[in-house]
Amino acid sequence: MTTNQKRYAILIPIISVLLGIIAGAIIMLLSGYNPIAGYAALFRGAFGDSYAIGETIRRTTPYILSGLAIAFAFRASLFNIGAEGQVIVGWLTAVWVGMSIDAPMIIHLPLALLAAAFAGALWGFIPGLLKAKLGVHEVIVTIMMNYIALFTTNEIIRNVLTDHKTTTESIKGSASMASEWLSSMTYYSRLHYGILLALFIAVVIWFIIERTTLGYEIKAVGFNPHASKYAGMNVSKNIILAMVISGALGGLAGAMEGLGTYGNISVMSGFSNIGFDGIAVALLGANTPLGVVLAALLFGSLKEGANEMPTGAGVPTELVDIIIALIIFFVASSYIIRWALLRYKGRKAK
Amino acid sequence: MEYVIEMLNIRKEFPGVIANDNITLQLKKGEIHALLGENGAGKSTLMNVLFGLYQPEKGHIRIRGKEVEITNPNIANELGIGMVHQHFMLVEPFTVTQNIILGKEPKTKTGRIDIKRAENEIRELSDRYGLKVDPTAKIRDISVGMQQRVEILKTLYRGAEVLIFDEPTAVLTPQEINELMDIMRSLVKEGKSIILITHKLKEIMQVADRCTIIRRGKGIGTVNVAETNVNELASLMVGREVSFEIDKKPAEPKEAVLEIKDLQVKDARKVDMVKGLDLEVRAGEIVGIAGVDGNGQSELIEAITGLTRVQSGQILLNNEDITNKSPRKITESGVGHIPQDRHKFGLVLDYTVGENMVLQTYYKEPFSKRGILNLKEIYRYAKKMIGDYDVRTPNANTKARSLSGGNQQKAIIGREVDRSPDLLIAAQPTRGLDVGAIEFIHKKLVEERDKGRAVLLISFELDEILDVSDRIAVMFDGKVVADLKPEDTNEQELGLLMAGSESQRAGEGK
Repeated sequence: MTTNQKRYAILIPIISVLLGIIAGAIIMLLSGYNPIAGYAALFRGAFGDSYAIGETIRRTTPYILSGLAIAFAFRASLFNIGAEGQVIVGWLTAVWVGMSIDAPMIIHLPLALLAAAFAGALWGFIPGLLKAKLGVHEVIVTIMMNYIALFTTNEIIRNVLTDHKTTTESIKGSASMASEWLSSMTYYSRLHYGILLALFIAVVIWFIIERTTLGYEIKAVGFNPHASKYAGMNVSKNIILAMVISGALGGLAGAMEGLGTYGNISVMSGFSNIGFDGIAVALLGANTPLGVVLAALLFGSLKEGANEMPTGAGVPTELVDIIIALIIFFVASSYIIRWALLRYKGRKAK
Repeated sequence: MEYVIEMLNIRKEFPGVIANDNITLQLKKGEIHALLGENGAGKSTLMNVLFGLYQPEKGHIRIRGKEVEITNPNIANELGIGMVHQHFMLVEPFTVTQNIILGKEPKTKTGRIDIKRAENEIRELSDRYGLKVDPTAKIRDISVGMQQRVEILKTLYRGAEVLIFDEPTAVLTPQEINELMDIMRSLVKEGKSIILITHKLKEIMQVADRCTIIRRGKGIGTVNVAETNVNELASLMVGREVSFEIDKKPAEPKEAVLEIKDLQVKDARKVDMVKGLDLEVRAGEIVGIAGVDGNGQSELIEAITGLTRVQSGQILLNNEDITNKSPRKITESGVGHIPQDRHKFGLVLDYTVGENMVLQTYYKEPFSKRGILNLKEIYRYAKKMIGDYDVRTPNANTKARSLSGGNQQKAIIGREVDRSPDLLIAAQPTRGLDVGAIEFIHKKLVEERDKGRAVLLISFELDEILDVSDRIAVMFDGKVVADLKPEDTNEQELGLLMAGSESQRAGEGK
């Protein structure tokens, strides 16, 4: 039973991805493009040379953290749509601390990261508190929190951090995660140390979920709050804590952009989508840290490779978004795939 | 002899399981035919096949000698088969008549519902079968027994010739059970035929003519009830000899472990459920709480275990006040709780058996240290518990969800008993379990008593209360209305007390 479930947990995302790619090929064919050339360009764009690989990993980094944020909340049966807002406040806070404090790197960089995590945690704490104490659904509150984050951040960039400009000045070197070593290794891509941090945090989150009493309680509350209360757990505390940790991860995802890739923050006309894509990453990764890392890599590759498709094969980048959407669609309808697998197995058994 | 329904060699498979394997059930006209089997034996599957909810892989169904294919419940209804469900399907604010005609309303010429005609028809039906139902009463105002009769009327109104009763006595008091038996007898006298699904042997002996037994999906055979006895039926059902005697010495009660004084508790809807209750449970005795469901038993347990707030009154455990303490504090001060609803409270179904075994102790050494779980220790312990309490599971890594009800219950009992609490609360510990598991659980409760623990047993099954308890407290309307010794009382007396009649010795003169 358990081994079977594990096998499905691996098979279903893989089949979903394959179906998404096949469907994308069909759409390319129908629109008059060559799918083989299209996918070859996609692959070249993501892995064609060391620069492409560096940029792909750079794109993957925030996805790992936002995916972990969503996945962690999911384990407590909470749907943290607010990861997007947590990313934005994390980004802003990281840049703010990064540009306005003078300190040696050993203090400055951790401080900026912690500040970003704290800002995200605060953005998760509010919906967590409202859910735990008043039963307000976290989806509604987190959606609202996203808008509050977006517009407050834009306001702060324009009127607090700058004088009516759209981009802040750059962070100080002592707060930067940029790495000459990684950058030069990948033909001067924007690859930074963030990837190492993201992978380390994925391991930490795995440890928390699987090996600590905290993870045990959070999962128990997610599966069955009544039994958790019966077992003497503090259900409210665990709901709030799950949202706080989830929010902190979202905030760190934002710090990857603020301290790693860009080193500043600009006024946004819309959402960054790092948080929203995290939902798909978590879903595709079956809410496990390893799954999230792999799914983040897939998303990073697709998004990065998409840049090559218009020039390499004349396929519009929108098509890549369609393929990604189809993959999510097939993951979300994993029930159908599971059903088909069972049916196929049942027929073979007869 | 003419058969109304013949289900011949029925086979129904689900992926991975054969739910029904070569089962034959033949219902004679005018008989009460019991369908006996443990939980999960395949009784419901067979009835769902008859009702057209499932299509059998093999076998035939004949109705009055004619072969039929029942592909949906409407066809079953047209063929005159009606089902009295275990969980009533009634609209509470509607009247009896409105409920019965729902979906089959008689119309006047102008197209309005002819409620007068329906009422008369229903009154006539009710009189003919001695149901004593008032067609104008609202469902929410009538008793559970009466609601069940409305369900019976519903099938009769739709012209059912064959009535299927699905575990009909689970919700009834002993008096109501007797009345139901009379109703069933008068139904067959009027030419109806009845299939009675049950796992209660006493009822079969009391009312059924013949009995078909299913064990693990296989048809074991059909016996004439007059030619058999309870022990034979039990061993046919379970597949081995079963002992009904509970082996226990007289209790030797010592000091009071649990003392409850003037307790008042409200339920989730802020309705008073426990209204000034006093109760004492001493070390070395089993106190059974008898009562009809909904008289404050659940709220009493939730109050003792800290799951619900106490409005007023006091709960003492070993002379220590535990009123309104947190569930964890209460658990740690020595309370074990086998909850009434094992899926809601007792287990995290998506956790493994091992993880569930430490649900109350995971935060303590040796299962964790400084917040880090010791999985090796947890699973070593779980393995030992699986052996000690005979939990049938492939291994400790299996999800609790995939265990049978009896084995889930054994796991909970193991977990709660192994902490050796001073007070063990067992709420309906055998509900829905088969004879084998019931035997095991009763034995464990008595063992705990003999070790000098206080045991509080809550059950709606009077047999269980009478057999297991050393002292019986009857609960009615949020209070303990009588305190009796099992050897001084009987089902009739308990039944009357449970129904709220004054606590005079009703059993006298019988």
